Amino acid sequence: MTTTATISSNCPECDAPVSFDRPPLNGQIAHCPDCSAELEVTSREPLTLELAPEVEEDWGE
Amino acid sequence: MLRRASIIGGSGFTGGELLRLLHGHPDMEIAQVTSRKLAGQPIHRSHPNLRGHVDVNYTTPDEVESCDVLFLCMPHGTAANEIERWRSLAPLVIDLSADFRLRDPAAVERWYGEPHPAPQLLGDAVYGLPELHRDQLQGASLVSGVGCNATSMNLALLPLARAGLIKRVICDIKVGSSEAGADPSAGSMHAVRARTARTYSVSGHRHLAEVEQALGDIDIDATITAIDMVRGVLCTAHVEPTESVQMKDLWKLYRGAYTDEPFVRFVADRSGPHRFPDPRVLVGSNHADVGFAIDERSGRIIAISAIDNLMKGAAGSAIQSMNVALGLNETQGLGFPGLHPA
Repeated sequence: MTTTATISSNCPECDAPVSFDRPPLNGQIAHCPDCSAELEVTSREPLTLELAPEVEEDWGE
Repeated sequence: MLRRASIIGGSGFTGGELLRLLHGHPDMEIAQVTSRKLAGQPIHRSHPNLRGHVDVNYTTPDEVESCDVLFLCMPHGTAANEIERWRSLAPLVIDLSADFRLRDPAAVERWYGEPHPAPQLLGDAVYGLPELHRDQLQGASLVSGVGCNATSMNLALLPLARAGLIKRVICDIKVGSSEAGADPSAGSMHAVRARTARTYSVSGHRHLAEVEQALGDIDIDATITAIDMVRGVLCTAHVEPTESVQMKDLWKLYRGAYTDEPFVRFVADRSGPHRFPDPRVLVGSNHADVGFAIDERSGRIIAISAIDNLMKGAAGSAIQSMNVALGLNETQGLGFPGLHPA
């Protein structure tokens, strides 16, 4: 019998759990299920997630 | 068995929304709808979207018979004068006016300028916002409606107030034209109202009384601006906190307050075009969208909420409160998710 362990870490923005069905790759992009933050896998062991650069919206003149 | 609901003063915007919601509610049927002005005429005279859906003619208030739920949609100051009569007609009365929102008679006189005609009943009425008073609403016989601007402030600030985090808050509120009701006024004519960004209440709006009652003694004010929108309230609350907080702290507070709430959603995305609440996507929906952020320079918290003023800010909350009071599924009849684009 085989078991599949869920791999997870926490969102650096809102602290929600972020899970992966299979081991993620370095540089892989994921999204937080709560705050939708775009997250980059920066380390596999230990699993570390960092905020990916975001696109700013600036309409000031 | 279906429960029968009647509406006193059903020709206005909130009356129309109540009719739309009751028509789609699997546990309810519409009994009578009154309008002195339109008595004898079909309700689609004032609610054209319901033509072919709700085939009821308006009656006069004098003809109203007993029913299970009676909604009062009359001008402020009218319902309270005959409240005993209305309560004799139904075991559950829900008054969407401001007459029973405040519990303190002195506060009524201070904010509305006149003494309350039935102050002995103020303590009996339950404020009809389930996010605040779900337990008290169960089995209630007299429920008040909510102020739309008050609801936007209450839902934006409730988690912060509970945590004692509000030292001072200023709410910048933008509103749609339907807040002014169905009767025309100098400010509602198209030439004045269209394409406007007109601040009409710079401070001291009377809905603040409902916020102070709900959230406690906090230092709060609001500025209300009419913008080019038919439905909707957008509240941007600038909070000077009592202590420094991080985003994770705010997420924890808001999750704690709202995770189990069926109609409160978090909108605080870091990317994409829909990062914060927008009332446009809530048209016709009972949802309240809530978001938050922190200004890193000052530590100020910015809490944002959006609602449809006729729904979560009036008829939607009234139906949700009715569901709770009657022991029905709280979300029954309120499943519409809104429109996009709207």
